[in-house]
Amino acid sequence: MRLIGDKLSSVRGGRVLFAELSFAVAAGEALVVTGPNGSGKTSLLRTIGGLLPPAAGEVRIEDTAGDAPVREQCHYFGHRNAVKSALTVLENAAFWAGYLGGGRDRAERALDAFGLSGLRDIPAGYLSAGQQRRLGLTRLLLGERPVWLLDEPTASLDDAAQAALMTAVNGHLQRGGIAVAATHVPLSLQNTRTLSLQRASASAA
Amino acid sequence: MMAFRQLLARDLALAWKEGGAVGITLGFFLVVVTMLPLSLGPDLNLLSRIAAGVLWVALLLAALLSLGRLFEGDLEDGTLDVLAMGPLSLEGVVAAKGFAHWLSTGLPLTVMAPLLGLLLNLPGEGYLILIATMLAGTPAVSFLGAVGAALTLRARRGGLLLALLMLPLFVPTLVFGIASVNAVTIEAGSALPPFLILVAISLAAIVLAPLAAAAALRFQVR
Repeated sequence: MRLIGDKLSSVRGGRVLFAELSFAVAAGEALVVTGPNGSGKTSLLRTIGGLLPPAAGEVRIEDTAGDAPVREQCHYFGHRNAVKSALTVLENAAFWAGYLGGGRDRAERALDAFGLSGLRDIPAGYLSAGQQRRLGLTRLLLGERPVWLLDEPTASLDDAAQAALMTAVNGHLQRGGIAVAATHVPLSLQNTRTLSLQRASASAA
Repeated sequence: MMAFRQLLARDLALAWKEGGAVGITLGFFLVVVTMLPLSLGPDLNLLSRIAAGVLWVALLLAALLSLGRLFEGDLEDGTLDVLAMGPLSLEGVVAAKGFAHWLSTGLPLTVMAPLLGLLLNLPGEGYLILIATMLAGTPAVSFLGAVGAALTLRARRGGLLLALLMLPLFVPTLVFGIASVNAVTIEAGSALPPFLILVAISLAAIVLAPLAAAAALRFQVR
């Protein structure tokens, strides 16, 4: 399996963020996307995930089993956690597990992996920012998807949660998955390649 | 189908838990309907003639209150991004959420309407047809409303814009709903033709609105 970006361009608000960007990530590899604020890291991840149509170029996944569109083979974990504050921790995890095709036991294991099993019956609105972030991260483990798109995944996580995240991502890579992470801090991932984006020049518009 | 059921169940749970949305809608319906006899005076003949119209207009206003929130919460907390990449197409997402909105808004309003009919001196033979028209007409309100909610999702003061945008589109539902009731209570004619048109409007809305709303949502998540 390979994730391919072919001559991708992205234009936001009349400003060119990146143009003719190509990359290929093989199974078991992580692509770390770096660059200053506003260089288009989030836009790149949303383009790969199919949320943002590229201005030019295409994203495809080669040598994969199913023929599902790229967006259905990606987990997108962005700045917002997709956590409902009125539902309990377990209800949140169980919903995404059911929605993404996993079972309830999967939800329990994912909560365990991110150290949330003690909080399972508490409404998610009472969790701290870091705990809500962890609850959002459990979604990665709730449905089987080959590509993980992580947008600054370590933001507001403590050391233990960062370690849990790295364990989860490295486990995913070992099983032959792909991860694309936009980050400002070094991540302790195996098998990484780096893609660094430059800030678009002001005259590019 | 699994994803559809999960989303439907979650939306119903949220409607129940999140700030009493059902209670506010029903309370608003009650207040608007009770204001009318107070402002028009105790003329029972007049009230019974306008009862169907008042109930339908109040129902539309009450339903509008909750329509603005249909996708807003999901956009704010990032759920919409995940739904857009999920196993269920966005059309399916809209259908599930529209159905949940009908179950949590249209259905309770329909159940409450006959009680408020008493306040307005609705003639006895009008109750069955009132319930029938509201059952048949409220799905159109939820599904057409979903299109408006998707279009106004990122707009400031989206709620007001939604009302301006949607109320004209609710006119056919309103007209044929009231016509069915009046055919029984006032004109002693057949309620069937306007009722069937009402059903047709709802069925068309259920089929077409998810397509339109999903197209709008695709644009909104960019």
